[in-house]
Amino acid sequence: MAAVDLSTELCGIKLRNPTVLASGILGTSNALLQMVAGAGVGAVTTKSISLDPMPGHNNPITVGFEAGLLNAVGYSNPGLHAAIEEFKNLEGMGVPVIASVIGRGVGEFIKVVEGLWSQGFAAIEISLSCPHTPGFGMMAGQSNPHYTRQVVAAVRRVTSIPIFVKLSPETPDIAKVAVAAEEAGADGITAVNTMGPGMVINIEARQPVLGFKMGGVSGPALRPIAVRCVYEIYKAVRIPIIGTGGVSTGRHAIEMLMAGATAVGIGTAVCISGLDVFSAVCREMEEWMEANNVSSVQELIGTAHELYPE
Amino acid sequence: MSYTPNDSESTFNVLQPTIVRIDRIVDESKTTKSFFFNGNIEYEPGQFIMLWIPGLDEKPFSISYHGKNFFGITAACKGRFTRKLHQMSVGDILGVRGPLGRPFTIQKGNACLIGGGVGMASLATLVDRLKRGMIIQGAKTASDVLFRDRTGFSGMTVYTEDGSAGEIGLPTKNLETIYKQFGVMTLYVCGPEPMTHAVFEFARRHGLPMQASLERYMKCGIGLCGQCSCDGLRMCLEGPVVDRETLETLSDFGRFARLKDGRKVAIEEYLQVRT
Repeated sequence: MAAVDLSTELCGIKLRNPTVLASGILGTSNALLQMVAGAGVGAVTTKSISLDPMPGHNNPITVGFEAGLLNAVGYSNPGLHAAIEEFKNLEGMGVPVIASVIGRGVGEFIKVVEGLWSQGFAAIEISLSCPHTPGFGMMAGQSNPHYTRQVVAAVRRVTSIPIFVKLSPETPDIAKVAVAAEEAGADGITAVNTMGPGMVINIEARQPVLGFKMGGVSGPALRPIAVRCVYEIYKAVRIPIIGTGGVSTGRHAIEMLMAGATAVGIGTAVCISGLDVFSAVCREMEEWMEANNVSSVQELIGTAHELYPE
Repeated sequence: MSYTPNDSESTFNVLQPTIVRIDRIVDESKTTKSFFFNGNIEYEPGQFIMLWIPGLDEKPFSISYHGKNFFGITAACKGRFTRKLHQMSVGDILGVRGPLGRPFTIQKGNACLIGGGVGMASLATLVDRLKRGMIIQGAKTASDVLFRDRTGFSGMTVYTEDGSAGEIGLPTKNLETIYKQFGVMTLYVCGPEPMTHAVFEFARRHGLPMQASLERYMKCGIGLCGQCSCDGLRMCLEGPVVDRETLETLSDFGRFARLKDGRKVAIEEYLQVRT
């Protein structure tokens, strides 16, 4: 049979394969993104950028447990001004670069997007869903339909490139938030951020391990929840979804596509499998698709939805 | 690798701290102490561990003493973390993650080990392992000199900035003379980056093999957060030991490092702020 086509398209952005480096992983510099691009990823996302520099939480910022990782990085980033300097010449990257943006309020989101969007980014990802940073995301109550609508509408007015909104799995009705984003002008949804926050206590030390004590849960524990979120969002909106959460194999990626994702975010798996995870996931997808007579990613998206609609 | 290589209390891994008790504390100099722990850690010279003070913070350290069922680290009293560490006593607990990073690759032939300040600590187990070669240490003053009486260090040449011990000046001062005398040698280096860079210039001039341990602000230690990057290399995974050929490709080397918030600043500013 003909070779399998792994390419996919996110609101006009062409990806050579559906894998996307999730925000927060390795996205601190142009050089690191370049390295990930060289490892075969379809698109990369920067570490989240705020208006002002943020030192983040004290160490430890990550801790493993039997079903994944907890992290409480605390959005450490050099701020808008330094990010503008850092993320230059993005054309040379060879893959689309998505800028992850955070803010303490609508005004900050607008300023950061205004400063960044015309640098050559393929899209902006507005994160409203971090569970472990005071002033941002879940800890600032940003993950609800009302706030989502406000931020997306405001950012829509200052940029012409696609806007993705990254949602939390801890939102009571995630589909409603996705609909609010779509109605306000978002071009896509990234689902999901880490869940929790959770806590790991070292019983010998009698102390939480993380410097911030609690942190977002990612990895295998998150995956079935992420799949369910993507499934619900797919039913509710027409815009494409980057399905993110616990994906580490080709089978996981295909499952995410079947739930309704158009592309698949990978983050925590880099910790266990290294940068080879992107090419490994693609290879495994190809093998499965070939064995199952599927010739394109397009044929898989949303196929897990109702076979027999009423 | 899995997310929990083990749940045991005694085996070390990179994802969760394993608790150790301070078994012995040794004063190495006026400002520097070594802390010894029981336990077997599979460690190669040049690698590092993340040391956790529960409830406070976690910082990278080289292992400076390594043997069957024990290991030790050497820390100068510099900031909030090391001040607390220096106040700790035998029996107090700490957490250890590791071993992390890429070690020195031991080369045949002449060896020259150059350590500056507490950087000497990361070369100490390499001295134990090599049992040969020249040892050069740079320190601020006589009371900062490390390992003077340690086994294997008897031939060490010391340089101090004020001349209060050994020769006055920087440890890189006589490298040309040494090269004329001994010829080709592998340089193993750990110290303040301006010193490492000076050795690098010397090594490049003569085409000498060199391996240097670089220091960058360390967070996750497992290649996820990107904080410790020097150009496109993560010092926690692709470093901290890099060879001369790699150093030649690093535009940040000797010039820039990232602060805790990720801002890239001149190396001099980094060395000031970090401590």
